[in-house]
Amino acid sequence: MMPGAYIPSAYLPILITLMAATAFVAGGLLLGAIFKLRRPYSEKLLSYESGNPPVGEPRERFSIKFYVVAMLFVVFDVEAAFLYPWAVAFGNIGLYGFWGMVIFILIIFIGYAYDWKMGALDWKAVNKGTREG
Amino acid sequence: MDFVITLAIIVIKIAVVFGAVLFHVAYATYFERKIIGRMQARYGPMEVGPHGLLQPFADMIKLFFKEDIAPASADRPLFYIAPAIVVISAMTALSVLPFFDRFVIADIDIGLLFLLVITSLSVYGIVIAGWASNSKYSFLGGLRSAAQLISYEIAMGLSLVGVMLMAGSLNLSDIVRAQHQHPLGMFAFPQFLGFFVFVVAAFAETNRAPFDLPEAESELVAGYFTEYSGFRFAFFFLGEYVAMLTMSAVAALCFLGGWTIPMFMTNAMPFLSYVPGIIWFLVKVYAFMFFYYWIRATLPRYRYDQLMAIGWKVLMPLAFVNVLITAFAKRWL
Repeated sequence: MMPGAYIPSAYLPILITLMAATAFVAGGLLLGAIFKLRRPYSEKLLSYESGNPPVGEPRERFSIKFYVVAMLFVVFDVEAAFLYPWAVAFGNIGLYGFWGMVIFILIIFIGYAYDWKMGALDWKAVNKGTREG
Repeated sequence: MDFVITLAIIVIKIAVVFGAVLFHVAYATYFERKIIGRMQARYGPMEVGPHGLLQPFADMIKLFFKEDIAPASADRPLFYIAPAIVVISAMTALSVLPFFDRFVIADIDIGLLFLLVITSLSVYGIVIAGWASNSKYSFLGGLRSAAQLISYEIAMGLSLVGVMLMAGSLNLSDIVRAQHQHPLGMFAFPQFLGFFVFVVAAFAETNRAPFDLPEAESELVAGYFTEYSGFRFAFFFLGEYVAMLTMSAVAALCFLGGWTIPMFMTNAMPFLSYVPGIIWFLVKVYAFMFFYYWIRATLPRYRYDQLMAIGWKVLMPLAFVNVLITAFAKRWL
């Protein structure tokens, strides 16, 4: 090991916890495999559909709204992530930091208001027109 | 040699935490059924052991001996991996929670951020489960759940910014100490807006009533784990309850003062300071868990469009307003 190399030792316990959790799951799966009880027949292996034989493809077309939500999430979650370091450092960055963030949040809000006005945040109104199309 | 001792201490700590949490998960299910039963004027589990106290173990044994069915049309590797992702991410999240003063597996500076990151990983397990099951109910449940989790994650992340501002740290132990130094003793009072947003978002993030749409029995059977049975089903169940306990712990640590109690209380009643910190922490976690059950027994389920509207149109602006108010108050008051 190089002298003076940075060793993130505070994070080592997390790695060990991760391994312990994985071992726990693996142990559970192993126990399950030991007590394995399998008497499959073709009806049992069908996907569940209220007792009827499944109709059509399960992975059908679904509402476009899910994509919109995912896109909004990416945008707003990144913006939320910008707030964390700012919040921690807030005591040291003074007035400049405060007004800087006010302007940042204002800009977010313009986008947010636009999304709202365009109906990106409404689940119902959009579905009314497009669902049966 | 030093390294070995450190390692041994870490392993022992992990064993203690995992053991305690699994025990609590087992009895959280028992108390949930018991409390909701009482609220609906019935007894809840009574048969196994005195007052049904051995019911969780009976359930566990039953789940292990159940047949493990994977549908013929399922995407096998993904179908098997999904519950593991949910449980592993939920249990790894426990590593940064301080249960009482200086008892934490990993005392890292970005504890709260790590917690947000690792708990949101369970979305992958849910989406993969929904996709891999190749069933209509699972697919829709997985999609719904993913959309719900990511929507409320923003509100939750923003509601915690107020706490970060007040504590000036992301280390959960430091946040608790900052609360102890605060005259009100708990951030739930000055951060009542943030606390409200956090509580609502925490209910939605753990897929609990009144936001349990991903597993809305009446329309989606069991949502993303419709096709799972036996111990794989148990893993999803376990993941959900560990996540609930984690959320309760975060609420206790970030808003309710963790293992400390407000100073004005110890000043008024000095004997309270002799109670060990873990007791206070557990009392707060239990109270929050009870709140989960209480809400489940009280409120009906929301519609999906209502759920999305609450997340995006109510909680998010509230959280932003809370951030600005807190920053303003910290700068000038």
